[in-house]
Formats: sequence, structure tokens, C-alpha cells
Amino acid sequence: MSVDIRPTETTAVDRAPEGRDAKAPAKSRPSTSSVLGWIGLAILVLLIAFPLYWAIVASFTPEATLFREPSLWPRTIILDHYRALFTTRHFWVPIRNSIVVAGCTTIFCVVVGSLAAYALARLRFRGKAFILGFILAVSMFPQISIVSPLYLMLRALGLINTYPGLILPYLTFAMPLTVWLLVGYFRQLPPDLEEAALVDGASRWQSFVRVLLPLSVPGVATTAILTFIYSWNEFLFALSFTVGPDRQTVPVAIALFRGQYQVPWGEILAAAVVATVPVAAMVLIFQRRIVQGLTAGAVKG
Amino acid sequence: MIARSNSDARLARWLVSPALVVIALVAIFPLGWTLWESLHRHDLRLPWIGQPFVGLGNYVRIIHDPRFWGALGHTALFTVVSVALELVLGLIFALAMNRAFRGRGLVRVAVLVPWAIPTVVAALLWRFLFDSQAGIANALLMQTGVIDKPIVWFVHAATAWVPVILADVWKTTPFVALLLLAGLQNIDSALYEAAAVDGAGAWRQLTRITIPLLKPAILLVLIFRTLDAFRVFDLIYVLTGGGPGTSTEPIALYAFNALLQNLQFGYGAAISVVIFLITFGLALIYIKGLGAGGAAGVEP
Repeated sequence: MSVDIRPTETTAVDRAPEGRDAKAPAKSRPSTSSVLGWIGLAILVLLIAFPLYWAIVASFTPEATLFREPSLWPRTIILDHYRALFTTRHFWVPIRNSIVVAGCTTIFCVVVGSLAAYALARLRFRGKAFILGFILAVSMFPQISIVSPLYLMLRALGLINTYPGLILPYLTFAMPLTVWLLVGYFRQLPPDLEEAALVDGASRWQSFVRVLLPLSVPGVATTAILTFIYSWNEFLFALSFTVGPDRQTVPVAIALFRGQYQVPWGEILAAAVVATVPVAAMVLIFQRRIVQGLTAGAVKG
Repeated sequence: MIARSNSDARLARWLVSPALVVIALVAIFPLGWTLWESLHRHDLRLPWIGQPFVGLGNYVRIIHDPRFWGALGHTALFTVVSVALELVLGLIFALAMNRAFRGRGLVRVAVLVPWAIPTVVAALLWRFLFDSQAGIANALLMQTGVIDKPIVWFVHAATAWVPVILADVWKTTPFVALLLLAGLQNIDSALYEAAAVDGAGAWRQLTRITIPLLKPAILLVLIFRTLDAFRVFDLIYVLTGGGPGTSTEPIALYAFNALLQNLQFGYGAAISVVIFLITFGLALIYIKGLGAGGAAGVEP
């Protein structure tokens, strides 16, 4: 899991409509190329969707059928795997843990990160370029290279297998991510309004809280969504700093699913579907924003 | 004006400090600690030996450790093969997405879901597809007559790599395609019109206009994906556990095993430092390669 987001002021996807107009020559050209594009896209969507579709079908299929004669269409639909997941497996425990950990990480990072991002985007002070470079460098840190000292630190503080014991390590990737994204968003907004507020006698702080923040609600929301998704999906820290099922997050709980005699595929896939639903829902609702957040400025002319 | 910029600087210090203090505490301080650990013999299973200073002893041990070199080789193999596939497929899909006007919304969702789901879940999906009994991969291959008896994918090193690479390609090609699509949309379409007037065919337009102008985007994708692939952990931990034996063990998993399975904190730290140095070296090479274009990526 890494933090691969480099925002700047250019938002390529914003210009999609313009790009569409710009493809006017495609109309005059024989439409073979757009037909090819269509076929390519259909193949792409099928290839992407199939493993997901198959997992969903299998999660509703009795295990005996699954092994004997796998079928592309569900013949008998059962809810046993989901029932077992929430009764015998207590899957709501890792779900609760993931929500608490990812939620707290996101809130903390957005609050602290937006302060830093405002300074980095709007104020003039020495060492700014260095700080930006430093934050970028930290976002490239391999998690594995800090896992053992974090373990020793948390153990000394008695925080192994606790929520703070996960939230603190999560800040290593979440804080650089939020600061970078927010600097990008703040810079996209024209400074005119804040300057007008300053001329009218507002302080810097007031112009930030009263003018810039309300304007950047969409950007802050996107940042929060991305931070939440990254935290929800994190695996290495959650695996290293939890013991037993009490504080395991969803990815760890699923990865460590064991059956008595064989791999409990039905339950594993049901859990996979449950773990995917929140992030898939976010993607569905916020697709345009997420794409903007991901691609903004990553590709600059 | 000077008063304002002075107070600005003071305010900036206050605003930036909390984030920087957090990053220093949870990232920089532990990194320094890893470096310090790597110079000591520290074995949590042998608390009575203490933590004697061994200088570069752990690094010398790495040089003579075949499992380390194996892990490094697996990581390199995984990185090169998966990133190459992702780049080529991602470019094809980006071109297709750039052509089609309708259905973009659907494609965007389809493309984002694999990116957004936990890597652990992606790994499990592919483990299921390639399961020796319930897996549909075997069923498909047998129905089409490619094989006549089921392959037990995770028992041989060569076949175990297939689901690993496919899972990574499945999960990350969409992201690559999105980044490249953003790059494609920045290319001025007048260039294509001019090329078409001059009689340049589709292939010439691709190799002479699209790919050269897409170079910054391609390099950025390469940075992201290489650094990411080099640190691969979740995917292989779940798919193969590094097995059979240690034949698919990547370097991050070896470091993890040394640290948290064998509790050799000194030696594991030394491996972690090597991973850190290689990652940083790769990043520097790429940023140099990006040249002036790279500055745009580094400075927002």
C-alpha cells in the first residue's frame, strides 16, 4: 500500500469535456477507431468485473456445488456463508475495528493536515520547498523499514493490540497523503477572495477559516475519502501490531481466516464481498472526485 | 508589507509544526531507530545476550545470505514483469477510453473498484480463481483442452507466479490507465490533425506523437508502480505466503519474517535498511530521468 498521489493545480480530468470537443475529427474519420475503442472498453470492463462477479456468485453458492461443478450462473442461492460470517466468525468485530481506526486516522489527518496545507499553499515562509520535498520523501518510505521500531515503541508504550497502536502508525502514510492532496486543492482555488478579506481587515486565520475552508469542502471531502480508503485497506501494520481477533482490522481478519479441515472459501468470499462493499460504494458515489484526486497533476503537460 | 510577511511566517510555523512533529515522531524517528538496530545484534528470543554492537556485521551477513539474494531476485522479477504488463495494457486501455465518448462513467467505476478494494481481498479473489479444486482457471483450461488434468498452481514456483502477477496486473492496470488517460487528454488534438493531413497513419501517430508527448505521464507511472511493486507484501503474503518454500518470497516479506516471525530485530532491520536504500535509489534515478518534467511532479 503506498501513497501515490501528487496533486498540483492542473486537473486533467476537469478538461474532459474540452477533450471531447477536441475529438471532432473523429466524426469525419471512419468510425472504425471508435468501434475499436468500444470493443477495447467492453473487454476491459469484462476482465475487471469477472473476478468480482465470480466471488459474489460463489459467496452465495453452497460449498459442495462450488467444488463439484462450478457454474457461471448461480443455481442455488444460499445465505449460509454470510450468516456464519456474522455469527460464528463475529465479523462485525473487525468491521468495527476498521471503522474506528480508519475513521480516527482520517479525522486527525484532515484536521492537522489542512492547517499545514494552508500554510504551504498560501503563506510565504522560508523552507517551504524543503518541507514539501520532505513530505513527498516520507510518502515514499517503504512501510517495512519502520515496522520494527514502531513495534518496539508501541510495546514500550503498552499500545500493542489497541486502537491508538494502529492509528499512530497509520499517520506515517496518511499524514503525507492528506497534506499533499490538500496543498493541491488549496492551490487550485483563486486567492482573490482571501485577499479581498485581508484587505477588509480580516486576519490570515480568519481568511483561512471563513473563506478558504468553506470553498474547499469538496477537496477536503475527497481527501478524507482517499485517506479513509488507504487506511481501510492497510495490512502490514495491522498484521504486525495486533494480536488475536479483538483488534484485528478487516484485511487482517480475512487474510487469517482458517477452516478446520479445508479452506472455508464460502465464508472467505462472503467476507471479501463485505469488505469491498464500503469502498465500492464510495467509488460509486464519488467516482468523479476520486479520479480527479488520483490523477490531478500527476500528469502535467 | 514586511510586517505582514513576518506575521505570515510566524503563523506558518504554527500551522506546519503539528504535521511535521507527527511525521517526525512516527516516521523519521523510527527510521533512525531501524538504522541503529541494524548495527546491533538484537534477538528478541535471546534477551540475555543484550544488544551488542556489531558494526556492519548484519550487512556482511546479508551479502552471504542466499535467501536474501533469492528474495531480491523474486522482487526484481515481479517488479519488471508486472510493471511492464501494466504499462502496455494500461496504455491500450487509456487509448480505448480516450476514443469512446459514451460509457465513460461505467468504465470509470469499473476501473476504480479494483484500485479501491483491499489488496488482501484482491489476492484472495485470485487465490480462489486459481484454487486447485474450486478454481475456475483450471475448469476453463480443461474445457478449452489446454490441459487435461488440473494444475496445482501453488505447489510449483513457476506456476505460483502466474496468479501473483495476474492479480497485480488486475488490481493496478486500471490505475495506470487512468493516469495515462489524463496525460492523453492533455495532448493537443491539432497535432493529430496536422499529422493526418501529412498522411501519417495511426501507428506513426502513436509512435511519433502520442508516446513522446506521453513521456512524462509514462515516467510518473513507472515511478509509482516500480516503487510500489518493489515493496510488494500484502499480495504475496496472502496468495502464496512466499511459497512453495521461499520460491516466491519478496524482499519485504523476508524482512517481515526475519523481524516478526524469527524476532531477529537486528538482522531484519539491516534488510529493511537495504530495502529503504534501494527504494530511494530508484526514486532518485527516476526523478533524474524525468528531468525538468520531474520538477513539476515534485513541486506542486
